[in-house]
This record gives sequence, C-alpha cells and structure tokens, in this order.
Amino acid sequence: MKRNILFITAILSLIFTVLISISIGAVEISPGEIVNVFIGKGEGSNRTIILNLRLPRVIAASLAGMGLSIVGTFFQGLLRNPMADPYVLGISSGAALGATLAIILSLGLFGISFMAFGTSLLVIAFVYMVSRTGTKISMNTMLLAGIAVSSLISALISLLMLLNHEELNRIFFWTMGGFNLVNWNSVAFAAPVILISSSIMYVFSRDLNAILTGEETAEHLGVNTELVKKIILILGSLITATAVSMGGIIGFVGLIVPHISRLIIGPDNRVLVPFSAILGAVFLTFADTLARYILRPVEIPIGIITASFGAPFFLYLLIKSKRNNEGM
Amino acid sequence: MAILQVKKLHFSYGKNKVLEGIDLTIDENMMVGIIGGNGSGKSTLLKNISGYLKPDSGNVFIGNRNIKDFSIKEKARHIAYVPQEIPFDFEFSCYDLVMMGRMPYLKRFEKEGEKDKTIVREAMEITNTWIFKEKSINALSGGERQRVYIARALAQRPHILLMDEPVSHLDIKYQIEILTLAKELSFKGMLVIAVLHDINLACQFCDQILIMKEGKIMAAGTPKKILNTDNIKSAFSVDVELLENPITHIPYVVPRLNKRKKFKIV
Repeated sequence: MKRNILFITAILSLIFTVLISISIGAVEISPGEIVNVFIGKGEGSNRTIILNLRLPRVIAASLAGMGLSIVGTFFQGLLRNPMADPYVLGISSGAALGATLAIILSLGLFGISFMAFGTSLLVIAFVYMVSRTGTKISMNTMLLAGIAVSSLISALISLLMLLNHEELNRIFFWTMGGFNLVNWNSVAFAAPVILISSSIMYVFSRDLNAILTGEETAEHLGVNTELVKKIILILGSLITATAVSMGGIIGFVGLIVPHISRLIIGPDNRVLVPFSAILGAVFLTFADTLARYILRPVEIPIGIITASFGAPFFLYLLIKSKRNNEGM
Repeated sequence: MAILQVKKLHFSYGKNKVLEGIDLTIDENMMVGIIGGNGSGKSTLLKNISGYLKPDSGNVFIGNRNIKDFSIKEKARHIAYVPQEIPFDFEFSCYDLVMMGRMPYLKRFEKEGEKDKTIVREAMEITNTWIFKEKSINALSGGERQRVYIARALAQRPHILLMDEPVSHLDIKYQIEILTLAKELSFKGMLVIAVLHDINLACQFCDQILIMKEGKIMAAGTPKKILNTDNIKSAFSVDVELLENPITHIPYVVPRLNKRKKFKIV
C-alpha cells in the first residue's frame, strides 16, 4: 500500500517535471498550449519547438536517467559496493577516449556518438577478458581492472588534449555531459536499446536480491550466478554506452539515485529497480531543465547540475538516515 | 537406498589437490560431524556435496541420482547450505531473507503464495526467529543471524542440510543452541552434515563423526568408536588425554600440555 503511494507519487512527479521541462526555455510555452500541441492543435512555431527540440530532449534525458539509475542499482548489488556506479568498470573513460578522437578528427555529431559508443564497449570487453578465469569472473578483479584501465585512458586523453588544445573546449564540454545536441535520431537509437535491455535486466532482480547475500549463497538458493553476472554486465554496459553516446558522461545520477531510492523504498530489487528508474528519469529531466534555464540563453553542462544538486541532497539523506538509526 | 553417496571423489584448486579419493555412504537421517585440521578439505568436501564445486573425478549421488543431473534450482530443493561467513551489509528484513529460501520453488515472475508464507513462518518458528521478522538482519547478534540463515535453509525444505562451521564464532550459549537445533532437525527427518572445529562439541551432538586428514577421510564412525588419542594425534598433531563425560559416557578430549618454564612478565 505504502509502496503504491510512493510509485504513484514518483510517476506524477515525472509527468510534472516533463511538462515543466517542455514549457521552460528561451520561449516560454504554457501547459495549456503543450496539451494543445499533443492533441494535434496548437500554432506553428510552438509546435515546431515542442516537437522538434524539446520533446526529443526530454525523452533523451528521461531515458538516460532511467538507464543509468537501473545500471547503478544493479552494479552496486553485483559488486556489493556502495561506491559503484555505471562508470566504475571503465565505460566512461572508454567513451571519453572515443569522443575525444572523434572531435580531434572532426567526425561530426554522429561520429562523436558512434565513437563514444564503440570505444566504451571495447574497453569494457577488455576489462571483462582480463578479469575472467575459466568460465568465472571475479567482480573484485573487474573493479580493480576497471580502475587501472580508466587511469591509463585518462592519461591518454590528457595527452591528446594537450596536443590538440584548440579542441580543448569541445572535449571538456562533451565530458561534462549535456543533451543540447540530441535529436529524434539519437532517441530512435537509444530508446529501444535502453528500454529492452532494462526490461531484460529487471527479470533478474530477484536473483540480485540473493546475490546481495553472497554469490556462493545465491548459488545454493538455485541462482545461476555466473550467468546472471554476465547478463547484467553485458546489458548494463550496453545501456551505459548508449546513455553516454547520447548525453556525454553525466556523473552522479547512477550513483545517488539508487541510494536515494533504497532509502525511500527499501532494498528489495524487485521494487527498487523500477522505482529508481522513475526517480532517475525525474532527476535527470529536472537537471536538464535547470541546465538550460539558470544562465539562459547560455547552457551549462548538466554534470555541474547533477553534482551540485545531487551531492548535498545525498549528504542530507545520509545524515538523516544516520539519525534515524541512532534513534532505534 | 542411500540418502547420500560420495564415490571416489577427487578435487583440486588448480594444481593444489584438496580431496583425494573420498568414499562415503549415508543411509539414514542423522547428524554427521566433520572434523579435521585446517586445510584438511572439510569445507571443500561440503561444497562438493552441495554441487557448488565440480569434482575433477568421482561422483556424488543424492538418492539414486547423480548430482550432475540436477539443475541448479532442483539442487536447491534437495540440499540447503548454511555458509561459514554471512555478509549482512544490506537492510533486508529477516522475513524477506527467509523468504529467499523459497526461490528454488518459484517461477521467475511468480509471487510468493500462501503456502510459501506458511513454510517461511514454520521455518522461523522452529528456529525461534519469528520475533525478528520485521527487524533488519544487520540489527541482530551473530547467533541470531545464524538462526535466521538456518531458517532460510529450512524454507528450502531440503532433505540434506549442510553447515560450514556454523558455531565457530559464537559464544557457548549460541553454540549449544544452534547445535541442539541441528540435532532436532536430524530427528525430524533430515540429514545434517556440519563441519565443526570443536572436537568435544562435535562428539556431544553428532551421531557419526568423520575425521579428515590431507584430503582423505581418515576415520569414520560413532564418537565412542573413533575418538582415541592415536586418531587425534594423527589428524591434528597434538597429544591429548581422553576423559569421559560422566553423564553421556562420551569421551572428552583434553590437550596434554608440557610443563613450561615460568614466564616473567616484564
């Protein structure tokens, strides 16, 4: 019952945030007009702004927020590490390398997305190969290999930036994340990948509960842990690479949304996963709106917003939950 | 028909041979204790029996079926395993945790039904953990946590319950409580096999004892039969004296200590 109320609240806030996000911007559009456009009426210029600019952007932000939060929830459980996020295995560094190369080679927008997507999957595949012994993978080795590969690639990126300092700005902005370059094409690619992968991952949420109590124990409860681990790693990497190719490396979402959701709705992944999906969509859509609004008409990178709003809120929740525990 | 049979089992971790030819047949429900020095292969044997580790050669039979022919889920309906170290850095309630024991019986999207709830409640009442059902697992003491994990194992409705050092880090009160519970379960029609470190506790509670040494079963039988100074000297390389428990007449092991020089504390 309480869970239902929480879910309804979350969905309502998503709808509310999406409407606000569509109405705010260089041109203010009233909620009434938005509805008009959606039901096929509404006048010309607003219609173009909504359908061609703001709607794909809102969808992109929601999808990325949803995907990153789901992956964060799964990775935190799988690695049994509260510090884990979708980027922890080196995906972000891989994407950044691809994007940097594409920018230096002037490959254009599509090139940047494509390269970021490709290199991030290459890097994660490499980390996976390194961490595999026989048919088993050690999650701890994967974590360490991810960190090692990330620092190596970061060094490489720094070198590339140094040698091509005229592109420094663009590279920097890309790595801070943002949905300003999103169009219907990016959404058409990202939506099926993220939605389908997320749905398949959700199927394993009960298994993830068991894995949280130890991989070996989970196996004794009838969970094929090695298979579940592989599926989650592959789909999680795919979702993350897609989100990154669309909006750059947006930090913090995949780390804090799962934690916040856990504090609100509890540790059972069968409810936690969908809840953090919705919350992630709300959070990133909200952050994107602020990124467009605060210094309008200039946009600030969304990574700045997610960190500067996410971190204090997260700290507040930590302190609050600590007090509650002491009171027990 | 034997409940459990292990035939010519060999297992190694890489080049390190851990089990070298284990043969074992158990025909009736009882409590079996496995003792032996560190590294003698006790826990590894348990994990081979559970099917978690795959032997290099040899076979494990549950009833008449080779354990290789069980699916992972099926295995979990026959054998439950209580681990040695239990992570508890998450906030599942004890009830949710015990409910996980029903996983082997549920289809992927099937919700737990009335039957599952009844079984979980029963398992928690037997283990005296129903009072904690709302509590988070990390709010419990070590002994309480162990009981919750035993409840989860019981919710699996297994024929065979394996316990890997279930009492090693508990105080004497909980040690007795957990082993008494294990013993009762064996009376109720379950084969309980526990790896134990304390020879005396093992002998007080177990119907049969296996002494392991260097990957082999060195001796097996009732405590009275196999507990002697030679066996213990051979398995643990310590000299002991045997006393007799005045009530149960089961032998009681006391280490024989050499007289030492007196230490001066500076």
